[in-house]
Amino acid sequence: MAQTAVAESDTGPSLKELAREHGLTKAGRLPRLPEYTRHLWSYRHFIAAFANAKVSASLGSTKLGVVWQLLTPLINAGVYYLIFGVLINTKQNVDNFIAYLCAGVFIFGFTQTVVQAGSQSITANMALIRALHFPRASLPIAVTLVEVRNMIASIVVLIAIVLLTGEPITVEWLLLIPALILQTFFNAGLALFVSRLISKVTDIRQLIPYILRIWMYGSAVLYPVTFFAERLHGWQLALVEANPMLIFIELIRHALMENVTLAQPVGLLWIQAIIWTVLVSFGGYVYFWRGEKGYGRG
Amino acid sequence: MADNEREPTVIADNAHVVYRIYGSAAAGSNTPLASFKRIVTGKKSAAVREVHAVKGVSFVAYKGEAIGLIGTNGSGKSTLLRAIAGLLPVERGGGIYAAGQPSLLGVNAALMNDLSGERNVELGCLAMGMSPAEVKAQTADIIEFSGINDRGDFSSLPMKTYSSGMSARLRFSIAAAKKHDVLLIDEALATGDAKFRKRSEQRVRDLRKEAGTVFLVSHSEQSIRDTCERSIWLESGVIRADGSTEDVLKEYETYVNK
Ligand SMILES: Nc1ncnc2c1ncn2[C@@H]1O[C@H](COP(=O)(O)OP(=O)(O)O)[C@@H](O)[C@H]1O
Ligand SMILES: [Mg+2]
Repeated sequence: MAQTAVAESDTGPSLKELAREHGLTKAGRLPRLPEYTRHLWSYRHFIAAFANAKVSASLGSTKLGVVWQLLTPLINAGVYYLIFGVLINTKQNVDNFIAYLCAGVFIFGFTQTVVQAGSQSITANMALIRALHFPRASLPIAVTLVEVRNMIASIVVLIAIVLLTGEPITVEWLLLIPALILQTFFNAGLALFVSRLISKVTDIRQLIPYILRIWMYGSAVLYPVTFFAERLHGWQLALVEANPMLIFIELIRHALMENVTLAQPVGLLWIQAIIWTVLVSFGGYVYFWRGEKGYGRG
Repeated sequence: MADNEREPTVIADNAHVVYRIYGSAAAGSNTPLASFKRIVTGKKSAAVREVHAVKGVSFVAYKGEAIGLIGTNGSGKSTLLRAIAGLLPVERGGGIYAAGQPSLLGVNAALMNDLSGERNVELGCLAMGMSPAEVKAQTADIIEFSGINDRGDFSSLPMKTYSSGMSARLRFSIAAAKKHDVLLIDEALATGDAKFRKRSEQRVRDLRKEAGTVFLVSHSEQSIRDTCERSIWLESGVIRADGSTEDVLKEYETYVNK
């Protein structure tokens, strides 16, 4: 009879000591944050390859392929212009409403798609997570990279629209770059945050469309930002004006357009954008890292 | 026991693994009223069902050993291997300790079906932690070993066009391309035709020489006899026997044929 296992199960604590004696590491031990970050960095090629794979997998089944990356934002802008520029006239006294609207739609769309895709990045890749060993943060970060690609295509379309509607090219256009970099880090933090949250509390996925819609209405995407100042006061106005998406959208409008009314002075907008980015990207990363070893649990 | 001479590579100490499945409640427990009651009483959601797949497993595996893991379907073999690999968390109160990073070589290693075999090789190798240079150097060998190009240029076609045997062969080839401290093989050899099986068994023997310890799950008793001196029989998540392959297989056979 082979019954060694029964004898060993009585000696629980000594097994632990034996493991320590021989320098074995506990499976599923959470690495320290710097160690995890180094590990993640060593997986950068995997992250890039995974992001590329996702793009080719999603475009592979269409005939037009990459053209869709330009067509999608164009169609989006057209639909919103038809509804909010022509049918319901929300433009009030904005000079260049088409450009104003498109900047809002595209910049909000960047964050929106990252949140949507990020919310599925753990749950949709469960088989991969259970099969292979890689830092799980690779997945939400790869999702963010995919959307960065789409965002660059939208920005090309946006610049074309801005030029066609008669805005001049100025030095301020260079501000586009830091603003988009800040927003990308902000989005990555958000993707990390929602991917862990939803892998734990699956029900929240059902709420995400509504949260995003409310957030969009609070970000002056479809109507001028002066709309808020006319209707809200005190803490309500302060709350809306602290909204990071409103801040990012305003920064882009300020960079690309000449006569645009902002809710706050531009310097204040930049400071708030930086604070939000640091808070959300670092907070999201730490929150995700703390759950690292539980993602395989389904 | 000669613990002092032999070097342990994997130690399981009273390991429990529990799966939690959401949204699969029995009929009647998911009505609005029932949900409301749960919220008010603060009871745990009945929509979460638990499967206790591994129940208090303890063993010590040593360097140079090849251990066969046997048991009927659903007895928790794959779950135990995933827990050793650190892919599934072990419940509090127990633990699994391992030397280095154990690698799991399974039939289920997921790849992306919309992408070509070549892209999958690249992605799989990067996910195992290889550098791009290593990947480039090995891609041709991996595809060659998998034999998917024996009948024309399939490596540039999407994996969804492969037969199930072909994709299993490719997955095995990718995973076997790397050196491993502790190698966990889950029915990976059962796939593919006889010719590929022979080739892959040879590859496993080579890997075992390089690796410290090999765990092998297989329904082929011959395979277990050929590769393992020691076997563990797992039934309903509990170890029923652990010892020399001859003894354990004999016990297992009498159990199965009962
Ligand atoms: N992803 C999963 N979610 C929930 N339960 C699972 C999952 N995978 C396996 N199980 C359950 O765990 C038990 C052990 O399964 P498994 O380890 O796959 O068995 P084996 O590999 O020995 O056939 C079974 O009861 C099975 O239903
Ligand atoms: Mg199995």
